[in-house]
Parts: sequence; structure tokens; C-alpha cells
Amino acid sequence: MAAAVAIALLVLGSIAFHLLSPWWRTPLASNWGSIDSALSITLWICAVAFVALNLFLAYALFRYRYRDGHRAHYEPENTRLEKRLTFWTAIGIAGMLAPGLLAWNRFVNVPKDASIVEAIGQQWQWSYRFPGPDGVLGTSDVRNITPDNPFGLNPQDPYGRDDRLIEGSELHLPLNKPVKMLLRSKDVLHDFYVPEFRARMDMVPGIITYFWLTPTRPGTYEVLCAELCGVGHYMMRGTVIVEPEPAFRAWLAKQPTYAQLAAASAPAGTELAQAKTTTIPTAADQPRGKR
Amino acid sequence: MATVTLADDMRPLHHPKTFIGKYIWSQDHKVIAIQYSLTAISIGVVALVLSALMRLQLGFPGTFSFIQPDHYLQYVTMHGMIMVVYLLTALLLGGFGNYLIPLMVGARDMVFPFVNMLSYWVYLLSVLVLVSGFFVPGGPAGSGWTLYPPQAILDGTPGHQWGIITMLVSLAIFIVAFTMGGLNYVTTVLQARTKGMTLMRMPCSVWGIFVASIMGLLAFPALFVAAIMMLLDRIAGTSFFMPSIVSMGQQTGYQGGSPILFQHLFWFFGHPEVYIVALPAFGIVSDLISVHARKNIFGYRMMVWAIIVIGALSFFVWAHHMYVSGMNPYFGFFFATSTLIIAIPTAIKVYNWLLTLYRGNIHLRVPMLFAIGFLFTFIHGGLSGLFLGNVSVDLPLSDTFFVVGHFHMVMGVSPILVIFGAIYHWYPKITGRMWNDMLGKIHFWITFLGVYAIYLPMHYLGILGVPRRYYALGPTAFIPPSAHLANEGITIAALIVFVAQGLFFFNMIWSFFRGPKADPNPWGAASLEWQTPDTPPKHGNWGPRLPTVYRWAYDYSVPGAAQDFIPQNVPPGDADRHHPT
Repeated sequence: MAAAVAIALLVLGSIAFHLLSPWWRTPLASNWGSIDSALSITLWICAVAFVALNLFLAYALFRYRYRDGHRAHYEPENTRLEKRLTFWTAIGIAGMLAPGLLAWNRFVNVPKDASIVEAIGQQWQWSYRFPGPDGVLGTSDVRNITPDNPFGLNPQDPYGRDDRLIEGSELHLPLNKPVKMLLRSKDVLHDFYVPEFRARMDMVPGIITYFWLTPTRPGTYEVLCAELCGVGHYMMRGTVIVEPEPAFRAWLAKQPTYAQLAAASAPAGTELAQAKTTTIPTAADQPRGKR
Repeated sequence: MATVTLADDMRPLHHPKTFIGKYIWSQDHKVIAIQYSLTAISIGVVALVLSALMRLQLGFPGTFSFIQPDHYLQYVTMHGMIMVVYLLTALLLGGFGNYLIPLMVGARDMVFPFVNMLSYWVYLLSVLVLVSGFFVPGGPAGSGWTLYPPQAILDGTPGHQWGIITMLVSLAIFIVAFTMGGLNYVTTVLQARTKGMTLMRMPCSVWGIFVASIMGLLAFPALFVAAIMMLLDRIAGTSFFMPSIVSMGQQTGYQGGSPILFQHLFWFFGHPEVYIVALPAFGIVSDLISVHARKNIFGYRMMVWAIIVIGALSFFVWAHHMYVSGMNPYFGFFFATSTLIIAIPTAIKVYNWLLTLYRGNIHLRVPMLFAIGFLFTFIHGGLSGLFLGNVSVDLPLSDTFFVVGHFHMVMGVSPILVIFGAIYHWYPKITGRMWNDMLGKIHFWITFLGVYAIYLPMHYLGILGVPRRYYALGPTAFIPPSAHLANEGITIAALIVFVAQGLFFFNMIWSFFRGPKADPNPWGAASLEWQTPDTPPKHGNWGPRLPTVYRWAYDYSVPGAAQDFIPQNVPPGDADRHHPT
């Protein structure tokens, strides 16, 4: 009896908790409404199952509780009922899988006109790189990294010289423009996570990962690292500022290029292009840009 | 009939005379089961304490100065690994598997008693090596229980000096122990069943443990090679999982390895591992529900096939842990589909549990209460898993508290509730004494309601975007102050549940010495382990003659029968109805 009441109250309590909870997803700030819809559809189908199954449980506990002289019904199986339940479960599963896969299909297909931004993770900070007017990021390799070349750019690569480098943790993105985020890590796994954007991906040393989004709401958002990256993981924060394109352009123009930074740090008289390097070209050095 | 004579022969059993031979270097599956269980529960208590410390930090950040960020990560890591591997796997297979398989299939012992004994002692060694991590320089591993490289073996991660080494060595030793045990369980089920005990007459508990053992034998080798390879990366400077890396501003000598390769190996083990824990719990809870509802498990054949299908499918879903890992995103289509398909046989199991209760005669004794609690938490945890399996929905939820809430409901709380239920259920058979009913009920209600208060709000914090494995949230724009309040509430609930476990331990220990003598079959159960000539069963289990089985394990409330259960070893009579097995 108490168990039946408790289960029923827990169902009602869960619904009440859901309705009254001040904790729900943050307001969407990107094009990924399809992810939110897939989540809502999944939630509704699961909520119906949760309520129906548990209320049936509470009913059975109450109605068929032990009483003197009462005896259980004998029914080893009911294949027809089981088949019917299997069928309806499959329908429910398909109902939530379909919107999930449709959203994923959009997620894996990056729009052709997406501009490129590189985000780089290291213990425990972020940095960023934008391509210059050529629209192509220069090649990079972890083995190129020195105190003077923190991004590990290939000094021989002309595509890299006009790249804009942002060593602070503040990233600006243009409003309503699709952006392909190329993700790279110098040391361990990180994850570029802005809850308001919904989309995200791990950064993996040795490879370049990506995801894309279109920021749709101007504002300042917090970037959190969401893949355990060591003792300072919880302090690995940054900010993204989404602003109209002219403001974004003005901000980007103020950021130093690789050529400027290299010239500032190189000994006087040394030309960048002639800089001696011990880098061995590898597959990772292949030019990449708009893919 | 030659095989029956051989199986009935008591002479091959090793009959020790001394105390040490009987209880320490024992080859009796029941003693080994208790050794396994007590060791697993002891190390589980360590993990429980670690979880309380974590909750203190999360609920009241900055209050407890002895919890530093590196300590916090070490608690996270050791708590997770101990609970999943050293408690749940060891207790469900080494503990319940050892105790129940021979008794439920009508065997005198495991088929390889010496290997069985060795399995326990090697397991104990793995636990000791794991615990040694607390005492080495730098402390235990702090890389999260997933041990992802490169982080796990680099500066900047607590325990990268020695803790990670003891962890990996301990895992390798554990897998050796599990292999010896697992081979035993599988062979015993296949070869040592008594006359009449066909596979489709075995109780669901045996089916769950049997399939889980096969899965363990297939899945643990992936973890074994991953552990050895990472150990070589750490000690010998190989680069299996290590690409070129700049660590703390210094170039390292690593190059060419793949961190994602480790994740594939880890989860190829790690996902089946979820079901290695879940399937025995599914099996055991089926039996608890059936016995205490005085009704056969509904759709037995479907239940068995569901266990087999879930076991097989679980080897094709591992990368749903890696949707945002940076693996080729096209994998997402396949793994989301396979993951959601596995929900169908799982849902069938839930329906059949509920339909077993329907039109039953439900005795809400303590073991049944825990089984009911399991149904609720498992329905909740199973459904929240559909969010995470549904690839694009996982994007915003991955690595948030939603994940923490989900997997604790589905593979933490749910199996633990079954384990509590199972301990209460079989305690009279194991010890010959009965526990205190009132203490058992109080223990259930605090635990059941408490865990829901802990884990329900976590789902909502996760949907908000609160990341997991954070030592402190600090000021974060999108996290309102009320979320910190939620964390305080969760911690208070967790501490209450933590303290309430004392009731369980007190009840078990006190009843062992002072509890009333138990009836040999207090629940009126039909399965074979309740039909032993002695309670607790003696070495050899069955006295001079093995039992013969005439029926399935679920002849409850058969119309026309005098009692509401017919034990499996009762020959068929007039009252019997034909049933599918």
C-alpha cells in the first residue's frame, strides 16, 4: 500500500519538479533549434512512458497486494501481448530517433559558405586563430611550438603569415554567419562547450576536429572546457562575444597577424621566410582550409 | 546414467578439516562467494566515503579546506572505478554468481574449484594493489575513471606519478581474476546442471549471470590490452595513445599515437561492462519479483531471449560514449541507431516485470520493496539514456550532470537496489538466520527516496549545462544561484543516504549473531537453492544424492496445486498444467 502510494507520488512529484524547476536549458543562441526540438520530442515520448509505466506499477502494487485467501493468476506468457508491446515500443523509438538523426545529418554537413575559425586548447586556456584575406589557415604542428611560436605555425607556409592570432581567452564571432570551428589541442583532450550554442566537440591532440554553427543572438557567452583535462579543468574558461559583422571585422582587424608577431619576436635582420626550421613535414602539415 | 553417477560422486570434492582450510583457502563456492562479497563490499564502502567527500565539496565549495582540486579528481576517479569494477562486477559475478550458480542448477560446486579459489585470491590482490594507490607518492590516479590519455599520464593530472601505474596494474590483475572466475561460471552452467535442469528451466538469475560472464570474457580483454599499452606509454615511453604533445610548455618525446584509439578500446569494454553489471541484476530482480508476487515470471522465454539479445547488441553500441570525442562524426548514425534498438529488448523486460506483478499476490517484504525500487529507478535511468543515445540530443548534454544523473540511476542505484534486495532475499539461506524486518524497511525507504532526491535534480542541472568533473563551479553567468542551492540539497540527501547504510550493516551483522533462526524456505520459493537438505547448505550442497529437476523455476500459484508454489524437484502430479518450458 505504502509502496503504491509512494510510486504514484514520485510520478506526480517528478512532473511537479519538471514544471517548477528553475533549471532548464539556456536560451538558444545558435541555429541548432533542431537539437532542441529533438530533445523536446525525446522528452515527451519518454515522459509518456515514464508516467504510464510507473502508474501501472502503482496500480498493480495496490490492486494485487497480498490479502488472505487471494491467489495470483496463472499465466506463463502471452505472446500476442508481448508482440504488440514490442511493436509500439519500436514506434516510440523510431519517433525519437528520426528527429535525432535528421539533426545529426545537418550537424555533419558543414555549409559550403561557412567561414573558418580555429580554437586551440591547452592546459588550461583557450586561444584562437582566424585566416587572413586568403581565407586559408596556415599549416601547424605541435612540434613547431616554441615560446616564440605558441601556435606551432609552420614558418615556411605562406598561407599562415596573414593568420590572425588571438592569445587571450576572448573570441568574437559574427552574427548570423555560419562558422566552422576547427579544433586543435596542444596537450590533452579538451572540449569547446558553450551551452547556449548546443553544438560542441572535443579537442584531440594529434588530429583536427570540427563542428559548425551559426550564432543567432548577439551577446556574451561563457566557454567551458567540458572534457576533463587535469587539475585546472574547472578553471578553463573563456568568453565568446557574438556581434554584428562590422563590429566583428573591426575587432578582427586589431588582432596581430602571425607575420607581425614573428617579426616582433625574431632577432633583427632575420626574415621570416628564411627562418631555419627543423620541422619535418608530415601529413598534418598538408594545407587545409575550406574543406 | 554414467554422467549422473559421476556428478553425484562426492569424492572429488576437496574436504578440508582445519578452520583455515574451510574458511580461508576454501574451494567451496559458497565460502568463496562470501569472501568475494565481503571484499567487494569493503572496498565499496571506501568508494561510498569518497562519494560523500565529493558531495561535501560540491554542496559546500570552499568549506572543507582539505579537499583540494587534485584530491577531488582522485575521489572522482577512485569512486568510479571501484564502484563499477571492484564492487559491482565482483559482487554480482564473483559473489552472487559463485553462490547461486551451483545451487540453482543443482551442482555440488563449480567445475574448477581450485581455479575458483585462485580467482578470489587474485581478485584480493588486485584490490590491494588498487588501495596501495592511496599511499604512493602523488596519491591515486585522478584522471577520471575513464583514464583518458594523454591526460592520465601527463603532468597536470593528479596521480600521474604512481597512482596511474597502480591503477593499470590492478586492472590487469583484476582481469586475470575475472577470467578464472568467468570461465568457471560459464563451464559450470553448461556442464554441471543436474538431471532435468535444461537451459530453459534455469532461473533468470542464472541466465543473467551466465550471459554476463560470457560478455565479460569477451569485453575485458579490450581493457586488458588498453591498460598494458597505457602502462607502456607511461613507463617505457611508447606512443600507443600519445601523439606529439607540448606538456606544460615542454615538448615531449611522444609522437604518432592516437588518444581516440584508447577510447575505442576502453568503451568496447566499457559499454558491455554496463550490461555485465545490469544483466545479473535483471536476472536476480526477475526472480525476486516472481517469488514475492507468487506468480511466474511473465514471458520467461522472452525474458531469456531479451537477456541474450541485449548481451549481443551491447557489443555494437560502444561509441555512443564518444559522439563528441572527435571520432568521425558519421559513426553517429550507426551508433545512435544500434543504441536505440537495444532499448526495445530492455523495454520488453520492464513490461514483463510489470506484467508479472499484474494479477499477482504481492507480498511487500523487504526484498520485494527493493525490487520495486529498482523498477522505478531503472525505468527512469533507462529513459534518460535515450536522450544520451539519441546522438544530436547528446551534443548539449554530454559531460554535464545529466550524464552523472543518468548513469547513476541506471547502473549505480538500480543494480545496488537489486543487490540489497538479493542480500535480504538470500540472507536466510546463506546464514540460516533472519534479519530485522523494521530495520530493513527503514533502510529501504531512506535509500530509495534519498537516491531519487539526489539524482533527479542532477538531470536538470545537466540540461542547464552544468559540466561534470568540476571541482567548483565558481561564478558562471548561465548558472543561477538556485543551482548552488540544488547542489546543497543534493549533498544533504546524499549524506542522509550515506548514514542510512549503517542500518543495513548493523542489521546484517547483528542478525548474523542474534537473528532468529530462519526457515529453510521462508519465501516459499520454487527454485532449487531453497530445496537444499541443510540451511545453510553444507559443502557439496545436496547431501548424498543430487536433486532431479522436473519443471521450470516458476511454478507459482498453479491452479489446483495444494500450495502456491511447486519446487523444481517435485515430480509431476495430477495438478500440473502444461507450460511452455
